[in-house]
This record gives sequence, C-alpha cells and structure tokens, in this order.
Amino acid sequence: MTLARREFLKLAALAPFAGSRAFAAAMQAPARKLLILVELRGGNDGLNTVIPYANPAYAALRPRIGIARDQVVKLTETTGLHPSLEKMHARWEARELAIVQGVGYPRPNLSHFRSIEIWDTASSSEEYLDSGWLARAFELSPSPQTFAADGVVVGAGSMGPLAGNNARAIALANPAQFLRNAHLARDEGETRNPALAHILRVERDVRASAQKLTADHKFETAFPTGLFGNAVGTAAQLAANESGVSVIRLSLGSFDTHANQQGTHANLLRQLAEGIEALRAALVEAGRWNTTVIATYAEFGRRPRENQSGGTDHGTASAHLVLGGGVKGGMYGATPALDRLDGEGNLPHAVDFRGYYATFLERWWGIDSRAVLGGRFDTLPIL
Amino acid sequence: MLSDAMRSLFALVTFLAAFASQAAAIGYDGARHLLNRTGFGATDAEIARYATLERAEAVDRLLAGARSEASVAPPDFLDAPFDRFYRVNNLSAEERMAVQRRLAQQSFALRAWWLREMIETPSPLTERMTLFWHNHFATSQQKVRSLQLMYRQNALLRRESLGNFATLLHAIGKDPAMLVYLDNARNRRQAPNENFAREVMELFTLGEGGYTEHDVKEAARAFTGWSLDRETGEFTYRRMWHDYGEKTVLGRSGRLDGDDVIDVLLSKPQTARFIAAKMWREFVSPTPDAAEVSRWADVFRQSRYEVKPLLRAALTSDAFWAEANRGALVKSPVDLVVGTLRTFGIRPMDLRPAVFACAALGQNPFAPPNVKGWPGGDAWIDSATLLGRRQFVDRVFRGSEPEPMPMAMREEGKGGPGAPLRRMLERGMTDYAFDGERFARSLGSAGGERLQDLVLAYPAVSPSDTEAPVGDRVRALVADASFQLK
Repeated sequence: MTLARREFLKLAALAPFAGSRAFAAAMQAPARKLLILVELRGGNDGLNTVIPYANPAYAALRPRIGIARDQVVKLTETTGLHPSLEKMHARWEARELAIVQGVGYPRPNLSHFRSIEIWDTASSSEEYLDSGWLARAFELSPSPQTFAADGVVVGAGSMGPLAGNNARAIALANPAQFLRNAHLARDEGETRNPALAHILRVERDVRASAQKLTADHKFETAFPTGLFGNAVGTAAQLAANESGVSVIRLSLGSFDTHANQQGTHANLLRQLAEGIEALRAALVEAGRWNTTVIATYAEFGRRPRENQSGGTDHGTASAHLVLGGGVKGGMYGATPALDRLDGEGNLPHAVDFRGYYATFLERWWGIDSRAVLGGRFDTLPIL
Repeated sequence: MLSDAMRSLFALVTFLAAFASQAAAIGYDGARHLLNRTGFGATDAEIARYATLERAEAVDRLLAGARSEASVAPPDFLDAPFDRFYRVNNLSAEERMAVQRRLAQQSFALRAWWLREMIETPSPLTERMTLFWHNHFATSQQKVRSLQLMYRQNALLRRESLGNFATLLHAIGKDPAMLVYLDNARNRRQAPNENFAREVMELFTLGEGGYTEHDVKEAARAFTGWSLDRETGEFTYRRMWHDYGEKTVLGRSGRLDGDDVIDVLLSKPQTARFIAAKMWREFVSPTPDAAEVSRWADVFRQSRYEVKPLLRAALTSDAFWAEANRGALVKSPVDLVVGTLRTFGIRPMDLRPAVFACAALGQNPFAPPNVKGWPGGDAWIDSATLLGRRQFVDRVFRGSEPEPMPMAMREEGKGGPGAPLRRMLERGMTDYAFDGERFARSLGSAGGERLQDLVLAYPAVSPSDTEAPVGDRVRALVADASFQLK
C-alpha cells in the first residue's frame, strides 16, 4: 500500500513535467522489484538436488539412486548440487545463489493437489483459502498503475498463487502472440452470472495489459529450446518491458518421479539450470539482474528412502533455490535431519514456507506480510 | 374448518403445479439445455425433436440410446496386435525422428477418431460420459507410451460409460494403461508402490481426507502383483509379487487383495456421494447442493452403482432444469470445438485441426495434465485460452478464405516433427468454415426467431441487431462472451 502510494505521489509530482526526461526515466524504471517464481511441478526431490553428500545416512537411504560423492558439485564441506546443476556453481561462487533447506509446513499433506493448494494459498494444513497468496498481497498493495499487470503466468497451468479476483493477473504463452490477438478481447460490461463475470474480467485484464506491454526487446542471449526454454524467453521479454510486472510464474515438470527417477530427474534439473542461466544472462543484458529475484517452489519434496522402483514417493520438506543480483548467497535453513524422519519416513521441516514467502513480501517489496499470510513468520536474511 | 380446507386446497394447488412443471414439454430452450449439457452442441432439428417431450420422456430417450461401442471404425493400427512399448534410447537420431514422426501422426489420428465419434455418434451422451470417466480415471499417453493401451482403456470407459461404476472401478484397477500410469505394474511385495493405492482413494472413490496414510500403505500391499505382460499388453497377476499377509484398510482386516480393497471402497457411502457431486459439477453447476447430491447418491447406492439411475435422478431433477443454472457452466475446449462444428453443421474432412485446437485451448484428450484430470470450470478461461477461443471462433466464422491459424502448439517443441505438421494443419482448416446462407436455409422459416436460443445458453452480453441476415446474427452471437457458456 505504502509503496504504491509513494509511487503514485512520485508520478503525480512529475506529472507537470510529463514528456521530460525525468518523467520518462520514472516511467522506465519499474519501481517495484520483480520476483520470478519457478514451480517444480509434481514435487521435486530436494535430497538429490541439494545433496548432503557427507552424511552417511544419505548413501544408506539411497543405494540405487543416490548421487555418487565424486559426481556431486560440491559447495561446502557437507553439501553440494546435483551434477545437472553444474551451471549454478558460478552463481554460488558469485554469492548470488541462496539455498534454503528444509522448507515445508507442519502436519504435511502428501496429496499433490491438496499440498500445492496449501502452497498456492499459503494456508495452514487444515485451512482452506480461496485466493492465492500473491493475489492477496496485490489486493493490499497493488502494483503501480503504470504496470502492465501485477503478475503473469507463463504457459499452461492454473493461476496458482495469483488465483483470485483481486489481482491484475494474466496468462500468456508468448508476448508477441498475446499482443497480436488481444484485439479479440472485447469490453462487454457486467453480469451477475459468476462464470460469465470471470470471462469478462479476463477480457478486461487482457485489454488493459495489452495497452502497456511490448514484445520487441532484442536479446543477444540464446534461450534453450523446449517448453521451459521458451517460457524463460518469455519471462526475459516481460522483464525487459518498460511498464513492469511484479511477478512472473514459470513452471517445469513433472518431478513426480515414482519410478526410474535418475534419467528423468537429471534431465529436468539440466533444463532448470540452463533455463535459469539463460534468464540471468538476459536479465543482465536488460539491466534487471539486480532488481530481479528468481525462486523455486513445489508442493513437497520426496521421501528420503528410495522406493524399490528406482524412484521416490511423496515427501515433505525440501530445498529451494533463490538467485539474483540482490541475493545474499549462501546456505540457509537446516541440513536435512535424516536421523529424525517421521512415521512415514519423511523429513521434518526447518523453515515454514510462509516465512519463505514473507521474505519476498517484506524484504523485497516492503509489504507487511502478516495480513497476507495470516500471521507472523520469520523472514530469511537472503535479501 | 375453513383453515383446513384452505390448507388442503393449497396442498392440491402446489401438487398440481409441481405435477404440471414435471409434465410440461421442455420446450426449445429446455431441449437445447439438455442436449448441450449431455452431448456436444445440437442442431436446430435435433433440438426441435426434443422440445415437445416432457422431462422424463426426454431423459429416458437419451438413456435408451446409450451405446457400449463406438460407431466410427478406429484407425487400423489401434486394433492391430500389440505393438510393444516404444523405446527411443537405442535408436539412431534418424530412426528416432522417424519413430517420433509416426507417433505424432498416430496420436493425432487417435484423437481425430474420438472427435469424429463425438460428432457422428447417434448417442452423444455416451461420448459425454466416456469423456467424463476419462477425466475421472485420468490417464495420459505421455506416461503410458502406447496408443493401443490408451485406445483399449477408452473402449473400456465407453463400455461402462452408462453401465456400472463398480464393474468399471474393478476393471480400471486391472486396466493396462492405468497399471502403467499409476505404476501398479511394478508394485510388488518386496517393493510396494503407493501411487495407485493413494489415487484410487483420493481421486476415484472417497476424496481427499477420507483415508489415512496408513490406509494408503496397507492398500498398496493389497494391490501388489496386479501387473502387465509387456509382450501382450494384457493384465497379468504375478503371484510371486503379491503380499499375502494381513492388512487393514479403512477398518476392514484380512488377507486382502486388490479386489477386496475396491470392494471396501465401494462399501463406503462417501464413494457414491463423491461421484454424485462430480456428476453435479459436470451437468448442473459449479456449486453442488449437499442435500440433492445426497439424494442422488442414495439412488446410486441402491441401484448397486448402475450409472443410468444416477443420471436419470440428476437429469430429471429440478436443479438441472432450474433457470438459475442455465449458462452456469463454462464450455470445455471440447464443448466449444466439437459443439460449434455440430451446432452449425460443419463437417470437416480432416479433424486433426480440431484436435489441435482442443489441445491448444487446454484439453488434449488422452493427455490430461495429471491424475486429477482437467480442473475445468472457470479455470478453462485465462487470458491465453480466452484469446485462443476467440481465435478459433473467429477462424470458423470469418469465411472460407484460407488463412493460417497462428496458435502455438503447446505439446511439441518448435521445429522438429511438429513444424511441417502445423503447416499441414493450418491448410487443413479451409473447410472449417461456417456457411451463413446454407445455415439459414437449414433453419427454415421459423428458425430466425429462435436463433439466440439455439446459439446461446445465457442472454447475450451485447445485444445484437435482430433484423440482420441470419449469417451476420450468428457471427455476432458466437463473438459474444456468453457463447463460452453452456
């Protein structure tokens, strides 16, 4: 709220000089910092992503699918990355990669659908909320009116954390195509039919965003091929826009590796690392690396003990990666307590996911997180 | 006493009014509502044939027409002897391309066949229910990797589409595509895999919260040994893999096997309620009424899970016919694409562009996003899919000039086997064209008056000029946001 108001006042003060360089500069520098969320759909195996290679329990729990010690990309004396994440080593060295271990919540639910609902709405395990946590945040503290939207969901899938009627959120696959087709959305008025009201609202958002978005930034960076590579290219294009957006949500998956996990997981993590590296290069080019944070999330991690199909079943707490020019790199949270598994053989959590969210709300945007998250959760000093 | 007389008179009037509302003809608007919700669009002539029937008559006619087999012959490769699971790892790059190209073609052919069946079947309700069960027992080709197994599952879903849910549930547990999709094919005593055991409770019968993690683990043991013969693609029971020990699932103990667990699930009243509520969301509105769902669930249980009595209860209910529930549902991509073709009598030679459109709009049959199926409802419409829908409609109703349809294909990467296919599809849409004059002739003299009732389930947001020629009026109606509703 305060940020938006401050922004408004700043613009209002400049209004008499509209057309001046100062005004143009204020318009061009999106005041609100950008958060790019990457959903690891299906539940990523945190233990084979951020690997406690020095803990003998790790190898004992995973005789078949464990990553051999000499393959691990070592970051510290005890912890390293999956070899497919090799490209992230340079970010670690530059102290632009924060690793948050043990992110989860009390009384974890092992259903994909219920657990991602909990993550998307930032509810507790027994609580059912209708709106996404980011939709609530933008309801309380809207992005500046000059922004094309509060949030953009790239590619298919649900609106996730942006679901709800009170944020300006759009979904698109490709900005150029979106702009080509935006004229097909009409401004049609009001209705009492809830389904129709939803359609009309989407149409209004499309029209409003299309008036502000551009899609013609030329990057030197080559983006990887494939769905995630395309999505990363779209995110870069959106980040380079003159009128900003506050959040971009990408997704990659499926990480639901119940059987023969190794090849599938290695491939997904390679896509993740290559995509994020290309995104970083593009953001540096566009001058946005220092005003952007990239962060992963997922419905859950996977069970520490491998199953006998060469895979892993649904788990609980997991490690997540946060990258950006403004990130304070390092290890956060707690190393996996492989000696304290619960009755299902799952990990206890060390960091409440709502504290992870509060970190972005408070330390990145300066939004009071209590009203959004329904309570106070400790933030992490990663920003 | 006077008040008693008044009361009985009132009761009589109420009774007669209720009787009249049941017995009256459903009318043109009612017939469109019934046929759109139970099928995929309907022509003016079809609607007119149902308009004179009473509710129960109309519903019984639909139920009596139910089929257990498709009317359109499938492409040859589907009925051929089992073609083993494709493996691309050992192939050269060139061979791999060839395999992928063949698979892409066959995937389109399989879907085009199903859409053809939806369009041409004498019983659209059969296909509506087959799609309903496909969404309920969601299984994706992307993991199953055999189009033949996907086709066989589709045949099973159709056979029991209006048959018996208990029979279907037992058969689904042994269905080869499902055995692969939810990993039960590899579920063995030495290495239980919980995937099917969890979803059969959470998504197929009880719903979330109706079971514990302990039930999942125990049920997984009971399903050990239900597997797949990889040479024939048939179900096989591997005795050596089965866990013959004692288990306890939802309070029932014994040396349970998979069929026993399914019977335990069927014995729970929650299962019938879960299916009945899903039926409400499919046919009535996004917000089930608990009391009415419970009434349907009782009918379902009393008939030992026969589908027709449940459907009959749903489709003859006041809730189904309520004015407030007309136009309360968002059309799925299949509703929009197939329904548009059927309603306006457009019969393309090649349905692959229609398959492509459904997939681009978020509903690629045989490839639901995950085991929960398509979320549906408002989630069908976001800014990307809304523009895609507008584009599809714009393309069909613009006229017949050949123009490419610039929808990105979500499934295929760029380049690769997808690119030439896409160009072919764009060319293939030239006969997806609405012919206003021919359509006007098909309506006959009275048609113009009921045009809006034919095309829209809910009043237009932007009223259009009723004096305009039929073709132009149709173009205005399909461009209205209400056209996205059913």
